This record gives sequence, structure tokens and C-alpha cells, in this order.
Amino acid sequence: MIEIKNVSKWYADFHVLDDCSTFVGKGDVVVICGPSGSGKSTLIKCVNGLEPFQKGEITVDGTSVGQKGVNLNALRSRIGMVFQNFELFPHMTVLQNIALGQTKVLGRTEPEAHDRSMLLLDRVGLVDQADKHPAQLSGGQQQRVAIARALAMDPIAMLFDEPTSALDPEMINEVLDVMVELAKEGMTMMVVTHEMGFARKVADKVIFMDEGRIVEEANTKEFFEKPRSERAQEFLSKILSH
Amino acid sequence: MNYNWNWGVLLDDPYLMWMYTGFGWTCLVAICAWVIAFTLGSIIGVMRTLDNGIARGIGTVYVEIFRNIPLLVQMFLWYFVFPELLPKDWGHFVKRGIPLPEFWTAVVCLGTYTAARVAEQVRSGIGAIRNDQRNAAIAIGLTSVQVYRYVLLPVGFRIIIPPLTSDFLGVFKNSSLGLTIGVLELTAQSRQITEYTFQGFEAFTVATVLYCLVTFTVMTLMQKIEGRTRIPGMLSLGAK
Ligand SMILES: Nc1ncnc2c1ncn2[C@@H]1O[C@H](COP(=O)(O)OP(=O)(O)O)[C@@H](O)[C@H]1O
Ligand SMILES: [Mg+2]
Repeated sequence: MIEIKNVSKWYADFHVLDDCSTFVGKGDVVVICGPSGSGKSTLIKCVNGLEPFQKGEITVDGTSVGQKGVNLNALRSRIGMVFQNFELFPHMTVLQNIALGQTKVLGRTEPEAHDRSMLLLDRVGLVDQADKHPAQLSGGQQQRVAIARALAMDPIAMLFDEPTSALDPEMINEVLDVMVELAKEGMTMMVVTHEMGFARKVADKVIFMDEGRIVEEANTKEFFEKPRSERAQEFLSKILSH
Repeated sequence: MNYNWNWGVLLDDPYLMWMYTGFGWTCLVAICAWVIAFTLGSIIGVMRTLDNGIARGIGTVYVEIFRNIPLLVQMFLWYFVFPELLPKDWGHFVKRGIPLPEFWTAVVCLGTYTAARVAEQVRSGIGAIRNDQRNAAIAIGLTSVQVYRYVLLPVGFRIIIPPLTSDFLGVFKNSSLGLTIGVLELTAQSRQITEYTFQGFEAFTVATVLYCLVTFTVMTLMQKIEGRTRIPGMLSLGAK
């Protein structure tokens, strides 16, 4: 479904991504972890073309992302993305946030979009917040709205960039629960996170990145039991000891 | 000081009328110039936030030119030099063909000058929006135009309401420079009344009060707009 082949990216002289390759099959959940600044966000932003890359190839469902002439907007509308700081549109209500892409990109009518939005809000447990503005919600609620906004586009895959790291600890689980449920329903997911409990529960594969390289890629059980690289071992012992 | 106060003279014919029409021209120049400034300034400001290097370059050059040449010099350039640079027929048209050439020159001059200031506000307003906010809009598949239309501009403009208010007031104050090319606005009329009646203190006091009245009205109006567009639950926008 998502294939990343020998992708390299530079910011001027700085090598952010160094020959990264991996594959995410349909229905797979892949967790990406690694120290801050290792290129995790950059990698998943390359998948939906938010960041250009200079070398290599990324294909999503058979469409090559970096290629000229590809309708990136159409591709993006089919890949949901969830950000660390939620990034709901502050001047719109919750409902308007979820409806925007449906009406302006997918061409659904207002009533269609409304019904679909309410269905998704019900799913993330926020029907009663539909007419509020993002700033009136807690962080956990905002992130659940952001997930609903992404799901409203009927995505074929979802990208998450540290979806819980801006949240107070007591709100982390309400977001993770929604993600676990999604994973169990068979959504294809690439998740940058340090929530190892989540990884253990639903990930098929864990990728460890350091200094722009994919240092280790292993199925979840293997990764937690005996990480091969020293850097991954070090990293694991650090975050698991918290 | 031996000054003969005579407020009554301002009510005499034709001085009351002069004051009245002067105030009218001031408002008309300022409002027309603001329409240009707001429209052009928004476009230039947006251009300065685009990825396209050419668009950004044009925006930057515009702002640097119009912000750095003194306004009075710009007024003279538009009035005396600009028509000479045009093809002969056009130049003639600008000087004689259009009705009220002084008025329109003042409007264009103030409009294009203030547009540079508006452009800077628009650019900084959009620049204050977190990059991932833009990414979130792009990620749902919106086109670049839609990203600006539905997300960046509505949020960016809300952020810059206060500085835009002061630019709007600036147009009213700067419109007094219109007198240098013969626009009979409030300051010009006050001067004329002074010359006819020697009651300059009275005339300029009234002019000052009228300028203050404009300021007060505009501030009230903008506060209304700010209140209306305020986002529920949000204390301040644009924090990175
Ligand atoms: N626009 C940019 N220009 C230059 N360097 C950048 C830019 N964006 C990110 N970087 C750098 O690229 C590296 C990887 O960033 P990122 O992918 O955000 O890391 P992570 O998500 O793993 O913390 C960091 O060192 C960061 O400073
Ligand atoms: Mg990151």
C-alpha cells in the first residue's frame, strides 16, 4: 500500500533523510520511533507530499508521490493526517472543521457532510461538542476531532505525527483508544509515537530512526524482545524506564 | 496674545460650506484609497507568502519601493512625473481627460502607498500561523487557493485587525497631503478659511475635532468588527 524506496532528503547541506526504505501493507500498523530530530515527522510528511524529497520514490496505492503531473491534492484527500498540535481550524466549529474537506474536496452536499460528520463525532464520543470551537475543547477532545476530520475523507491510510505528545497524561488514553479501535478495524496506519504500550498492542512492525536513517525495522514482538541495534536498545531502555 | 476669537465666522457663508465639503473630500479620498490599499495590499501580502520565488520577489520589490519613498515625494511623482512617462495620449488623458485628476491622483497615491503597509501586515498575519496549520489544510486535499480562502486568510486577517485599524486611520491623516496637489480636503479648506478670515485657530480647531471624530468612529467600528469575528474560547490568535 505505502512503499518507500531509497528516499533521501536534504535541507541545504543537512541530510534529513538518508536512504530510507520501508513498506506498509494494506491494513498494517507501523509505529515509527526514535530520538527527537531523527527525521520521523519529515518521513511521514513525504508520504503525502507535504515535504518534497530529492531522491528515491514513494508510492501510495500505486501512485507515485514525488512524480510530476501526479494530482497530489486528490492523493492527499485519500490519506488522513493527524498532527502533534491537532491543527484544527480555530475559526470554525467542530462540525465545520469536519465538513470542510468533504464539501470542498469531495464535493458532498452540506446535508451529506453534516450527517457523516455527526456519525464520526458519535464514534469519537463528541456529538455534544459539534457546535463548539476548538479552543473551547480540551486537548484530548481536539485530537479526537482531528481524527474524525481525517476519517471524514474516507482515507485509505492514516498518518499520525506524535498524536499524543502534546496532551496531558490523563487525556492520552482517550486518543489512543480511538486509534486502537481504528487499527483493529483494519486501517492502514503509520504512527510516529513513543507510546510503546500502543505499539505493543496493535503495531505489526516498529521502525526505529536515528539521524535520518531507518536504523532498525522489526516486527513488534522482535523489536521489544531483542532489538538488534545498540541505539535502539539504548532508546528503548530510556523510554521504558519512564 | 492679542487674538480676536470669533467662532461665529465658521458658520458664515461660504466658510461652513467649505469646512463641510473639505471634510467630505477627506473622507472620500481616504475611503477610496483604502479600497485600493486593502485589495492590492492583500494580494501583495499573499504573494510574499507563496512558494513561487517570482511572486515573492515582485511582492518584496513593491513593498520596499512604496514604503521607502517619502509619501510627499510619491504624491509629486504621481502628479507631475507619472503622466509624462505614459504614451502621449494616455498622459493627456490622465491630466485632462478624467474628471477630478487631483482627487484620483491623491487616491491612487495614498492607496498604493498604504497597500505596501497592508501587505506587510497581511504577510505577518499569515506568517504567524503555525506551519502545521497550513499542512493540515493541505493534507485534507484543499488546493492552494482553498487553503488561503478557507484557512490562512480568515485566521490571518483576524490576527491583524489592530494594526490594520491604525493603517486605516493613517489614510485619513495622510489624506491631508492631498492639499499639495490641490485637493480641497479638510486641511486645505481650513487653510483657505484662514487666508480669507484670519481666524486660523478656529478653523484648525474644528478640523482637529473632525479628525478626532473620524478616529473615534473608526476605532468603534473596528472594535465591533473585532468583537464579531472573535473566536469563542480563544484569548489571542497567532501564538506560534
Ligand atoms: N524546514 C527545515 N529546514 C531545515 N531543517 C529542518 C526543517 N525542518 C526540519 N528540519 C530538521 O530536520 C531534522 C528532522 O526533523 P523532524 O523530521 O521534525 O524530526 P523528528 O520528527 O524526528 O523530531 C531536525 O534536525 C530538524 O531540525
Ligand atoms: Mg516530529
